[in-house]
Amino acid sequence: MAAIALWACIEFQRSPYVTYAAVAKPQPVPFSHQHHVAGLGIDCRYCHTSVEVSSFAGIPPTKTCMNCHQQIWTAAPLLEPVRESFRSGKSLVWTRVNDLPDFVYFNHSIHINKGVGCNTCHGPVDRMPLMYNYASLQMEWCLDCHRAPQKYLRPRDQVFNMRYEQPSGAKPITVGGKQYTDQLALGTDLVKEYKLRTVSDITSCSTCHR
Amino acid sequence: MKMDSESTNQHHEAVCPGKKEKLVQLQTERPALDLDTVRARVAETKGPEFWRSLEELAGSAEFQEMMHREFPKGASEWLDGVSRRGFLKLMSASLALAGMTACTKQPLEPIVPYVRQPEDVVPGRPMFYATAFELSGYATPILVESHLFRPTKIEGNPQHPVSQGGTDVFAQASILGMYDPDRSQTITYLGETRTWGAFLEAFRAPLSIQKGLGGAGIRILTQTISSPTLADQMRSFLKAFPQAKWHVYDPGGRDNALAGAQMAFGQAVETQYKLDAADVIVSLDADFLASGFPGMTRYARDFASRRNPDAGAMNRLYVVESTPSPAGAKADHHLPMRAADIEGFARALASALGVHAGSGAQQGEAQRFLEAIAKELQAHRGSSVVIPGEHQPPAVHALAHAINQILGNVGKTVVFTDPVDANPVNQTDSLRDLVADMRGGKVDILIILGGNPAYESPADLGFADALKSTNIPMRVHLGLYHDETAELCQWHINETHYLEQWGDTRAYEGTVSIVQPLIAPLYSGRSKHEFVAYLSGLSEASGHDLVRSYWQKQHAGQDFELFWKRALNDGWIQGTAFEPKQVALKSEFGSPATVDANALEINYRRDPSVFDGRFANNGWLQELPKPMTKLTWDNPVMMAPVMADRLGLKSEDVIKISLNGKSIAAPLWLQAGHPDKSITVFLGYGRTRAGRVGTGAGYNAYEIRYSAMPWLATGVSIEKTGTTYKLASTQGYQTMETPVGERPLVRTTSLEDYKKDPEFAREEEPDADETLYPHGNGHIQPEGWDYTKEPYAWGMAIDLNKCVGCNNCIVACQSENNIPIVGKEQVNKGRHMHWLRVDAYYQGDRNNPRAHFQPVPCMQCEAAPCELVCPVGATVHSTEGLNDMVYNRCVGTRYCSNNCPYKVRRFNFLLFQDWETPQLKMMRNPDVTVRSRGVMEKCTYCVQRINQHRIDSEREDRKIADGELQTACQQSCPANAIVFGNINDPNSQVSKLKAQSRNYSLLADLNTRPRTTYLAEIKNPNPELQA
Repeated sequence: MAAIALWACIEFQRSPYVTYAAVAKPQPVPFSHQHHVAGLGIDCRYCHTSVEVSSFAGIPPTKTCMNCHQQIWTAAPLLEPVRESFRSGKSLVWTRVNDLPDFVYFNHSIHINKGVGCNTCHGPVDRMPLMYNYASLQMEWCLDCHRAPQKYLRPRDQVFNMRYEQPSGAKPITVGGKQYTDQLALGTDLVKEYKLRTVSDITSCSTCHR
Repeated sequence: MKMDSESTNQHHEAVCPGKKEKLVQLQTERPALDLDTVRARVAETKGPEFWRSLEELAGSAEFQEMMHREFPKGASEWLDGVSRRGFLKLMSASLALAGMTACTKQPLEPIVPYVRQPEDVVPGRPMFYATAFELSGYATPILVESHLFRPTKIEGNPQHPVSQGGTDVFAQASILGMYDPDRSQTITYLGETRTWGAFLEAFRAPLSIQKGLGGAGIRILTQTISSPTLADQMRSFLKAFPQAKWHVYDPGGRDNALAGAQMAFGQAVETQYKLDAADVIVSLDADFLASGFPGMTRYARDFASRRNPDAGAMNRLYVVESTPSPAGAKADHHLPMRAADIEGFARALASALGVHAGSGAQQGEAQRFLEAIAKELQAHRGSSVVIPGEHQPPAVHALAHAINQILGNVGKTVVFTDPVDANPVNQTDSLRDLVADMRGGKVDILIILGGNPAYESPADLGFADALKSTNIPMRVHLGLYHDETAELCQWHINETHYLEQWGDTRAYEGTVSIVQPLIAPLYSGRSKHEFVAYLSGLSEASGHDLVRSYWQKQHAGQDFELFWKRALNDGWIQGTAFEPKQVALKSEFGSPATVDANALEINYRRDPSVFDGRFANNGWLQELPKPMTKLTWDNPVMMAPVMADRLGLKSEDVIKISLNGKSIAAPLWLQAGHPDKSITVFLGYGRTRAGRVGTGAGYNAYEIRYSAMPWLATGVSIEKTGTTYKLASTQGYQTMETPVGERPLVRTTSLEDYKKDPEFAREEEPDADETLYPHGNGHIQPEGWDYTKEPYAWGMAIDLNKCVGCNNCIVACQSENNIPIVGKEQVNKGRHMHWLRVDAYYQGDRNNPRAHFQPVPCMQCEAAPCELVCPVGATVHSTEGLNDMVYNRCVGTRYCSNNCPYKVRRFNFLLFQDWETPQLKMMRNPDVTVRSRGVMEKCTYCVQRINQHRIDSEREDRKIADGELQTACQQSCPANAIVFGNINDPNSQVSKLKAQSRNYSLLADLNTRPRTTYLAEIKNPNPELQA
C-alpha cells in the first residue's frame, strides 16, 4: 500500500500538472512559433539573439516584433498589446515557458556550441501554435543527456535546423566526409570532435548547481 | 569558569530537549572569563605558542569546550519558549501533510523583455564600468559589475596605475550602501515630504536677498573635497557671492599632517611613500596597512611585494604604535608606546640621525629599539622611510619629514606633492569659525553638503547646539541619510549615492577618475555637483554636463571626444597625477611637549569597520570582524591586559570615561599589545539616527572628543561601573585543534632561520593511501580518481607573508556570494555566515605579542571529511577537485560541519537572508543561489566564475589562461596575498607558489589533502634587536 502511494507520489511529480510539460501557459499575445518559424522561415536567432554567447537565449524586445509589424498586420486586434507596448515604452509581460528552478544554472551558449539542437530540448517548436515546454525539465531528464551525450549530439551546422533527423540507414548523414547511418556512431565521433568534457565532468554537481 | 564533572553532567541534562527550565541555562553562551584563573594559569603553565584570544592563552575550560564544537554551545539549540520536543509534536501533523505535497509545483513566473534593447546589452552577461569610490577625498578606483544595469559587485580596477586592482573594505561594501533601504528617499521640510519645486520656491527669496548682500549670510559646510569639478564650481559660486564662506570639516581630517608639513616646509604639502623602494620602513604610529589610510591599497601592495624571502631583499618594518593595528601585526619589530610618548621618541630618533630636534634619550627597551632603528636608517640612506601617524601631533610629522630629508629619502621613497584636498584649510578651525558665526547671528543660510556634523563634530564646539538654538532661518542638509544633522535642519535634500551620479575625484597621488553612474538614482535625489550648480543659478544642470564641460575646458586638444571616452573606459585620466614638489626644510620643530609619564591618556581612532560613523548602517561592515579584536557590531574601549589587571577590570566590564566634565560609559576589551596607561576609544558608533542597522549600536566617543585634542588627550579618568556589556567577538569561534607545540596552524620563522632550513614549514604528510576513505576521493567519484588527468584542478595558495589582515576579502566574498548578515545576537551564538574568515593569532608575551593573520576559506580537501557523513549526498566532489555544496539537496543535518576540521562550513540556522526588501533583491549576484533557512553553505572557490570562464574558453576552443580567472577574494586583495588557479598547470602562478618550500597545509596530518595551502610567514627581524 505504502509502495503504491509512493509510486503515485513520484508519478504525480513527473506529471505535466507539476512540470507544465506540453501545457500552454497564458500569454499576453497568442504568439505562434509555428507560423513564424515554419510558415515564414524566420531563424531562431532573429529573436533569441544571445543564444550563442550567453547563458540566456534572450526574449525579443518589442522593437523586434515591430520591425515587421509596423508594415504588416498593422491593425490586427491581436497585436494591440505589442503596439501599446511600443507606444508607451512599457514592456510586454510574458509568462516564462521553460522555467528552471532558481538553484539550477543552465547556459545556452555552451549547449549550442557543443552540438545540442534547439529542438532536442525545446521540441518541435515549429509545430507549436502556442508555446509549451516540451520536456519535463526535471533533473533526470537533464542527466539522460549529460550521462550519454552521444545519444543526442548533431553537427553544429544543424543545431538550428528544426527538421533535423538523426541518421539512419534510410537517411544517412555525411559529416567531415564520413557517412553515418547510426546516431551512436555519429554522436561518439562528435563527442571527440567537439571536445566534450567527460561524463564525470558534466555530471559533477557544480556544473549546474552553485 | 571551572567545570567539574558534576556541572558537565548537568550540561548533558540541559541539552536533553523538553526540560525547559534547564534549557534556559544554555542562553548564557560563552561564560565570562574568570580573570584570576587566567592570571594563575598564565603564570604557572606554558600556554600554546600561538593563541587567538586571552581565554585560549589561559587554556580556560570554556575555551576548550568551544574548540570541540563547530558552533558554540547554544548555537544549535531551540531557545524559544516552545521546547523542541513540543514543537515537533505540534508540527508532526502538518509535516505529515507536507510530505504529500513536498513535491512542489513552481509558480508561473513573468519574463519581461526590453521595449527597445540597448545595443551592447547581452542579457545574461554582466558588463563592467570603471568609476571610483571616494572616502574623505581620496579615491579608490574600481570596476563595477553590472547585470542589466543593476550594479552587483565592486572589483578593483587592475589597469589603474595607482591601485592596480586592490580595494579596501569600504569600497567593497559601498554597493550595499547604495541599495540601503534606509537611505533618505525624499526631500523633506521639517520632516514632511516636499518636492524639489517646493524647495526652489522656498529658497528663491532668501537667495535673492543674499545676492544683494554678496552672500554675506551664506555659509557652506562640506567634507574634504578632491573633485576638481566640484572645487571649480565652489570657487565660481564664491566669485558670484564674494562674501559667502566655504567651511570644511571631516572628523578624520588631516589637520595634523598638513600642519606638520607647514611646520617642516612652510607649505601644506601631501606626503606619498614609495614602499616598493624602501628597505627599511619605520612607522611612528602610522597604520598605513589599514582601510582608510590614504593610498592604503597601493601601500599594501608595495609593502607585500617586498616580503618575498626567496626573491630580492626583504624589507624590514619597525612599528612604534599606541593602538594595535594591522601594520603593527606585520612589523618585524613592534614597540607598544603611549601616543603621547611617541613625539619624544621621534625627537630622540631625529636627534640620533643629526636633526636638531631637541632632547631626548629614551629609557630601556625604547632606547634599544631607537638605537637599532637609527643604525638601520643610517645604513639605508635613500632606501628607507619614516611614516608618521595621522593621529600624531604636527611636530612628529615635521620630524619625520626632517628624518626623511636628512637620510636622502626624498625623491626616492618619499615624494611631496600638492594636497588632494581642494581646500586644505585647518578643518577644526574652519568649523570653529562657522560655529562662532552661527552663534554671532551672521548666518542666514547654512548649507551642509554631505557629512553629519551634528553627530561627528568635537564636543566643545557645540555644533549641534548651535544648529538647534540659533535662529538660522534657512538650514539645508544634503545627505544620503536623514541623520542627526538632517533632523536639526529645516530642509533635507536626499543626495544621490556615488554609484548613481556623475562626478570626479582624485586618488592619493592626484590621478583623477571620472565617477560615472551605474544606475539611475533609486530615489531621484541630487548630487553635490547639481546642488552647487543650482546655487550658482543653473537649476537644472545635469551632473554629466557639469563634469564633462569642466573637463572640456581643461582639455586643450581637438580630440575631446576621444579623451572623454578613454577617461570613462579606463577609469582614470592620464597625466593628472601631481608633480613632485621641491620643498626646503625649515629646522623648526617646536619645543618638546612635556609628558606626564603616569597620566592616563585616551586615543581616538576611527572604527576599522564603520569608519567615522558614515558606514554605521552598512550591515556588511557592522558584522565584519575588526582586524585585531574580531569584534562585530560594537566599538570597545581597548586597554592593555596589565592595566586591567591592576585596576581589577576584565573584558566586557563597562567603564565610565570622563574627560573635561563629560563622560561616557563603554565596554572594555583587553587587547594584547596595547600600551599601558593608555586607552583607545573608537569613533563612529552610538548613532541615534543611522537607520535600522546602525542606530543604537555601541557608544558615542565623539561626546568626549575635543577640538584641541581630537586624536589624543590626557587628563582622562576611568571608573568601574560594576555592570557588564556583552560584546560579539568571533575571535574565539571556529578554532581549529592542534596539539600544543606541534604542527602549528600559523608557521613562522625569521629570515635567518628560514635560510638555514627552508623546509621548516613542511611536514611529512601521510601517504595518500593511508586512509580509511575509499581510495581516491570520497565516496562519490569512481575509485582511484586521478585529478592529474583532468584539464583543470583548482587550488589556492595564500601567502601569509603578504596578507595584511585588512578584511577586504571577507567583504568581497560576501558581496560576490550573496552572504547574509545575522545580527549581533546571532553572532554571539556563533551563527555568523562569512565563508571566509581572517583568523588573528598572537604569539608570545601578551604585552607585546607578535600577531599573524590567516585567511581561512574552505580548504576544498581532496579527501573531504564532510562528504562522507552527509546522509543525502549534498556535498560531493567535482572532477576538478571542488568540494561542491548542493543547496537543494541539503536537509540541514549539520553532520558535515561537525566533521569539518577547519570549521569553515556555515549553517543558516534561521532565515537570515532578506527575501522581502526589493532593493536588496536587486543587489544580489544572479549567478549564485540565494540560500534559505536550514541549508549549509561554504566557500565554493567562486564556482560561478569558474563555470563562466570555462564555458567562454570552451566556446573559443582554448584553455582558461592563468590569471584570467580570479576568485572574488583574490581579485580585490590589495596585497596580492591570495592566488587561485590550475594546479595541473605547472607554469601557473599557484603551482609555482605551491612548489615553494614555504608551502604547507593546515592540519596535514589528518590527510585531508587540502587544495588551499599556505605559504609560511617569514619575519625579517634585526639580529641586533633579537639578542
